[in-house]
Amino acid sequence: MLGSGLIKGLAQTAKNFFGSYHDPARMVTVEYPEQKRVVPEASRTIPFLVYDGEDPELGLRCTACKICEVECPTQCIYIVKNTSKKPDHVGKMQFHPATFDIDISVCMGCGICAEVCPFDSIKMDQVFELSTADRFESLLLHKQQLAKPNSYFGKIHPTEAGEIDIRREQDKRKAEAKAKADAEAKARAAAEVQNAAANSAAPPPSPQTVTPA
Amino acid sequence: MPSEIAFFTFAGLTLISAIAAMTMRNLVYCGLCSAAAFAGIAAIYLQLSAEFVGFAQFLVYVGAIAILIVFTVLLTRGTDIKPTVAIVSRGWIAGVVIAGLVFASISVPVFMSATLWRTAPPEVAAPVEMIGLELMTRYILPLEAIGLLLTVALIGAVVIAMREKPAESIEPEVTDLEENSTPAPRFDVSSLEVKS
Amino acid sequence: MTKLDQIFVSTKHWLVGLAPEMLQSLASILLSIIPIMAVFGGCFAVTTILERKGLGRIQNRFGPNRVGPFGFLQPMADGIKMLTKEDIVPFQSDKVMHFLAPIVLTVPIWLAFSVLPFGRNMVAVDFNAGILFFFAAGAASELAVFMAGWASQNKYSLMGAMRAMAQMISYEVPLVLSAIPVIMIAGSLSLPQIVEAQAGYGAGWFPQWHVFTPWGLAGFGLFLVAATAESNRSPFDLPEGESELIAGFLTEYSGFKYALFFLGEYLGLFAISGLAVTLFLGGWHAPLPILEWLPSWFWFFVKFASLIAAFIWVRGTMPRLRMDQLLNLSWKFLVPLAVLNLFVTAVWHFSSNWQSFGGLAARWLMCGGLLAAAYVLLGRSLSRGQGTPRKYTYAE
Repeated sequence: MLGSGLIKGLAQTAKNFFGSYHDPARMVTVEYPEQKRVVPEASRTIPFLVYDGEDPELGLRCTACKICEVECPTQCIYIVKNTSKKPDHVGKMQFHPATFDIDISVCMGCGICAEVCPFDSIKMDQVFELSTADRFESLLLHKQQLAKPNSYFGKIHPTEAGEIDIRREQDKRKAEAKAKADAEAKARAAAEVQNAAANSAAPPPSPQTVTPA
Repeated sequence: MPSEIAFFTFAGLTLISAIAAMTMRNLVYCGLCSAAAFAGIAAIYLQLSAEFVGFAQFLVYVGAIAILIVFTVLLTRGTDIKPTVAIVSRGWIAGVVIAGLVFASISVPVFMSATLWRTAPPEVAAPVEMIGLELMTRYILPLEAIGLLLTVALIGAVVIAMREKPAESIEPEVTDLEENSTPAPRFDVSSLEVKS
Repeated sequence: MTKLDQIFVSTKHWLVGLAPEMLQSLASILLSIIPIMAVFGGCFAVTTILERKGLGRIQNRFGPNRVGPFGFLQPMADGIKMLTKEDIVPFQSDKVMHFLAPIVLTVPIWLAFSVLPFGRNMVAVDFNAGILFFFAAGAASELAVFMAGWASQNKYSLMGAMRAMAQMISYEVPLVLSAIPVIMIAGSLSLPQIVEAQAGYGAGWFPQWHVFTPWGLAGFGLFLVAATAESNRSPFDLPEGESELIAGFLTEYSGFKYALFFLGEYLGLFAISGLAVTLFLGGWHAPLPILEWLPSWFWFFVKFASLIAAFIWVRGTMPRLRMDQLLNLSWKFLVPLAVLNLFVTAVWHFSSNWQSFGGLAARWLMCGGLLAAAYVLLGRSLSRGQGTPRKYTYAE
């Protein structure tokens, strides 16, 4: 009959109306500034730079290789290489950036920089409250603002950060083991050289044995 | 005195808007000006303490007839079409003659009737009940005749507005638009194919 | 009791008495106009926020809850926003008509309030033909809608205005036709006398409101449907159908003029709800004799507020109609039913001396049965073809 559907609809909305007062589970609204929804792990907004340890300057993983700068589709990254070098996590001497700027008013959050970085240095952040009153200066992020500790990275992307930490730890161990082995080999070689020298009445040492391969 | 001021104000407004309705070039303005004239007449009725007639005038003329005029203007011709014939033209003479004849045919009986020369009774209120009773008793025949006339006009309008159907289809009118519309001839892609 | 009931009337008389002799009639007029404008202007503000909150709850949302306690200062914020917005007049528009349209819309609607009885002895103007005045005042709004749509020189505005006019003309017929039975039974066009006709209680407790009769119930339903359409509210808000017409005749309006249209729309709703209360829900009469100690204006506003709540509820429930469905509903369902209701009312009127038990039962059965049968039959013809799988001509 005409009107039965109308009554059914009215009953449904009345149920919603009264239900919304005593059943909080019905309410789908997240009242944003007070309540915040947990963002998914894979979500990404703008890039940031990871550093190890306590000192953002010393522990910065970035080696100023400029791959990200070249790959960035919007060209929002600007890097100036420093002249000095500092040791990285495996102890190798690397360059580091004197300037590392990202213009987040241009950045489109594609994540290509994070994908191409061979040093696990540039990663995607999850901050989204980025509005400022100033259009230019506040949206140009410098190295100091971009550098964030590895613990923060571990907090927002636990899976990825865990894998990277294990790999870097292994690299470090390997490097240490290699250094140790090299040192041993060197010592052994030196000892051999000494022995040989002692045995063969001190001939001049050959260049091959002095500098290990 | 104040009532006379009010009367001349309303009468003046009515006349001005009536003249404007006749002379303006934009048909929508004409329609709206005639609505203003109708409203002025309603105000004069009200001033004569004929509440029912005044409100009915406003309801019927401003609420329905003026809307109808405006609707017709919009539906039939664009408002921006400039009239090609000047207002003062040959047809104008015929119009004046016809208008004069109509005016005479109304005014002659009015001036001949004895009612006009009767002095007005002191109480001029016309309660609704009285109008209703008079309509249902004394003036029942004119009322019925007008009703019949309006019905005929209504049916005529429906007949004119009815869509002409092909002779073979005797199906009942379907209310739904979708069902009623015949599918338009489709564009055949295969005819476009180029022989290679 | 009567003191509280007549508190507004006696206050007004007292205030008028304070004025000098010359200005007393002027003071009396002002003291009738200002309270009406203040009360219904306030109602407008409160209704906008309550409507938004109610619609939110219907959709399991909170609704606005940021401005002030529980969001109740939202109307103030909206008002400030509206008043400080730039007033844009389109370059090609008809400037004069564009300016006049919101005024022509709002003024007659304020006039319509002057004949509504808000309580015992609380009516601004007691016209002999009050209900006719109400409808006449409402008729001017159609012209205003047309002016707004045409003056904007915008195709969406014009189409919205055409739709609005077609809708208002179509629904004015059932609106007036469903009010006529009340006039037939009450025997008067004056609204206070129509309220008087619904006084008293049958069998000591049963209120003699018009809605509690078969013709009254049918008339009330028809009146509410027609009133919803007449005030351009959902589900009949297709003159403003934003999915196809942006905002209809409001497209080119902004700032204060838009606010005036908004105000006019709500005031139209209030006026027509007040008329529905007066015609069918017993006006300011209490529903039960034991509740008569509450003042009359309180009862009027209780009924008024519940009608507004019902309108909001309907708005939160029904989807918008299609244009052909809208016109079909009016001309093929509401108008025939309203005309039949006139006949049923005549039957009811002439069977008023059937006061025995059997006579009453026969009277109710006859009138109610006629209307119910017509409802079912007309409803069946209206919904014929609905519910079958939809046939698409172009989209497969």
